[in-house]
Amino acid sequence: MPYGPHATGDRARMLEVIGIDSVDLLFDDIPEVLRSGPLRLDPPESELDLSARLQMLASRNRTDLASFLGAGAYRHWTPAAVDQMLIRSEWYTAYTPYQPEVSQGTLQSIYEYQSLLAELTAMDVVSASHYDGGAATAEAALMTCRATGRGRVLVSRAVHPHYRGTLTTYATGAGLIVDDIPLVADGPSAGCTDLVALERLLADGAPVAGVVAANPNVLGLLEDMLRVGQLAHAAGALFVHVIEPVSLAVLVAPGETGADIACGEGQPLGIPLQYGGPYLGIVACREPLVRQIPGRLVGLTRDLDGKRAFVMTMRAREQDIRREKAASNICTNQALLALAAGIYLTAIGPHGLRDVAALGASRASELAAALAAVGAPRLHEGPYLNEFVARVPDARRVHARLLERGVLAGIPAADLLPGEPGLEDGLLVCTTEMTTPAEISRFASALGAELTVGAGSSGGAA
Amino acid sequence: MSVVGEKLQPTVFELSRPGRGDGKIPHPPAGALDRIPAAARRATPLALPEIAEPEVVRHYVNLSALNYSVDTGFYPLGSCTMKYNPKLNEWAARLPGFAGLHPLAPDAMAQGTLQLLWELEAMLAEISGMTAVTLQPAAGAQGELTGILMVRAYHRSRGDLERTEVLVPDSSHGTNPATASMAGFKTITIPSAPDGGVDLDAFRAALGPKTAVIMITNPSTLGLFESRIGELLEATHAAGALAYMDGANLNAILGRFRPGEAGFDVMHFNTHKTFSTPHGGGGPGAGPVGVREALEPFLPEPRVLREPDGSFRLERAGERPTSIGRVRSFFGSTGVLVRAYAYLRAHGGSGLREVSDDAVLAANYLKALVGQAYEVPFDRPCKHEFVASAAGLKHRTGVRTLDIAKRLIDKGYHPPTIYFPLTVEEAMLIEPTETESLETLDAFAAALVEIAHEAETDPGLVTSAPHVAPVRRLDEATAARQPNLRWRGVTGLETPCPQ
Repeated sequence: MPYGPHATGDRARMLEVIGIDSVDLLFDDIPEVLRSGPLRLDPPESELDLSARLQMLASRNRTDLASFLGAGAYRHWTPAAVDQMLIRSEWYTAYTPYQPEVSQGTLQSIYEYQSLLAELTAMDVVSASHYDGGAATAEAALMTCRATGRGRVLVSRAVHPHYRGTLTTYATGAGLIVDDIPLVADGPSAGCTDLVALERLLADGAPVAGVVAANPNVLGLLEDMLRVGQLAHAAGALFVHVIEPVSLAVLVAPGETGADIACGEGQPLGIPLQYGGPYLGIVACREPLVRQIPGRLVGLTRDLDGKRAFVMTMRAREQDIRREKAASNICTNQALLALAAGIYLTAIGPHGLRDVAALGASRASELAAALAAVGAPRLHEGPYLNEFVARVPDARRVHARLLERGVLAGIPAADLLPGEPGLEDGLLVCTTEMTTPAEISRFASALGAELTVGAGSSGGAA
Repeated sequence: MSVVGEKLQPTVFELSRPGRGDGKIPHPPAGALDRIPAAARRATPLALPEIAEPEVVRHYVNLSALNYSVDTGFYPLGSCTMKYNPKLNEWAARLPGFAGLHPLAPDAMAQGTLQLLWELEAMLAEISGMTAVTLQPAAGAQGELTGILMVRAYHRSRGDLERTEVLVPDSSHGTNPATASMAGFKTITIPSAPDGGVDLDAFRAALGPKTAVIMITNPSTLGLFESRIGELLEATHAAGALAYMDGANLNAILGRFRPGEAGFDVMHFNTHKTFSTPHGGGGPGAGPVGVREALEPFLPEPRVLREPDGSFRLERAGERPTSIGRVRSFFGSTGVLVRAYAYLRAHGGSGLREVSDDAVLAANYLKALVGQAYEVPFDRPCKHEFVASAAGLKHRTGVRTLDIAKRLIDKGYHPPTIYFPLTVEEAMLIEPTETESLETLDAFAAALVEIAHEAETDPGLVTSAPHVAPVRRLDEATAARQPNLRWRGVTGLETPCPQ
């Protein structure tokens, strides 16, 4: 066994103390008919062989393309200090800080995370933590139902489809109704949540517990969040503002839009893409909702001598205390990722975070201009930050062709939002501070070439 | 000397000074944000700390030193399987090919990861005796929710809408009943029999046409194999219900008992327990779920599929209409799964059986030593963990399990899980794992025996512990009554910072 501690004779000594002569006797309580035979797995692999296998598998992934893919997970620069701190095993080989006297490191790091995210979102309370943006959004929706005693949630179709899917899965079990709020089809607000439809949905049908909308929305557009919040509140519903945390350095924060709950994906805060996880689900709320918030909370307190210290608190919401009456079943969470986000925000600082957001936006302006110049203008008119839909006829085919030219041209918008009208000719593309001007020109020239060829072969009908 | 660092740290907010820290990324051109309308811009000042990198690093290094961890000492936290976390696995998860892969990358760009995930599913199916596995759930509790939602979909697919109850033993993890509630079921709690197993008569009385599923932790949270498991499963299936196994304690039975083969319909794994992925101070974990044929159509989307040409792809949205749908944003906690994969490859089938053999051997050895000074309520071989009780000691001396736990800190150990399971008075749930040496086990047992002696001779010494830790016992009541959950004001004037 590769990580076994025993010297010759150790096992025999242990058996002797127990008073038996074979470890098999310790498994006598498994009914004979239910005992399994040997596992049919490959033989153990040495560290050397295994490292080669892992390297081989990793090298089969292609991460060398000029990538304009975002859509809920973003490539950012992570200061080198972040991982150097995370790899300290005092962090990652500890568990839940049940014993505060020997867990002040983790406890203070969680308190700092709660505080940093509270500053970023301009909300009062942040729980630490949830699985990812999808699960956080689902938990936020369930929270609106607990808080209002109502059983219906309205979700904008411009909330990430995977968050909506997760929310629907969670809501099915809880017996809640989830209704979509459609998007505006054309005009200056095309691609944004249809506020007229929202008003109608709030007026008709069962009373609404919560209204969920995202900013920037999944198409990269900026929503009138203040208005969404006003409409929700006028109907006695809570307003859930889905965030992208880096954008909050420059965009209106949930605390400014009247949001009762903020939720979203913390991955952009120093967490690697790693094919979808582990990520960081953010849930924040206003003070009056604190006893409804799911997930761990750490509070500042004192010890017997009056020394300042930190402790897990308001535990009566949690499953190990309240069992079937708990606010959520969450136990293991994303503490190490919350730590990563805390280190990231501390290392990058407020000016750095603003620069990250603004440089991404600046690159997006360059990309929009470059793509428009080769015949692929933006599909929507509304304001955006660093992600937008470019109008590209036959988007799926073009996307595949550009891949052959070493460009990952975002994602065909119709693949991300199947069935949403008007997106068949759209590529959802994204820039961050990592995007280089060279990559932008490579994308634009490859797309230009593709569109020219495409136009030629289809008789110039572009 | 304290087992952890003793120097408390100021918060990052107290360390902040205007103008410090810069240079991580280029400055954007002036006017980069001019196209964003004023109404869409942030007005609230962004009061994040400004700290230069050397101070940031010192802060986090010094904070980390305040933690007890597996890599600094013995951590016998029952039910959590705090085993050694191999360093190769940390290296592997950070390989750029794995770490830099976007979750929406086209399948052709993700063949290495997809192959790893596909192989990992197959390995977990073999270990559990299940026919199919989803790797998606982010933790055990989410695995439970996924499993119970599949059970719900299964009954509904058969037109059976009356099954509204979930049967859960009273010794179960709190996540089981909490999951049942989240999935819209009513929890029926089944008492334990005197031998620690599920009371079969009470179980049979509760089982009926309204039972959707039973949730059994096996080995139980008492560290005991559920020896009437055959009868329980048979009765469950005879009643038309399904059986869920909480796999939190799988570390005890690898290569000895395969739940799917034995008749369980669905189970979750905790990779952060059994397969050594780090606990991370509370997470991340991963909670893959295995199912037998009847539940396979309901697995969450997307699954990893292997094409006839040997390539791999992710299932498309809506491709399998029977699916319960998505349970999370993207595929799964892939970074965690890479570590679990490496662990399984390093051990192979024979190594995994040795893991369980050594884990069970260590627990029984420690039980024999600890039993000299504390009650061990169940007089039979345990699996990977055991419950000891300080009830007798408390009646004699007033010293409680909590006090013993705190005194263990003075002696250099992380305490075991305490007051769980709820069915044993003054419980200590002790799980040594298979990666601890004989010397460590001996020394820990000696410390526990010594504390029992101290309780008899100098109880005040124990009830006032810990004496050598960065802080003494905390005022948890005030923390809950007047919660201070975030720093207010960046200057730190309200609360003096520790020096």
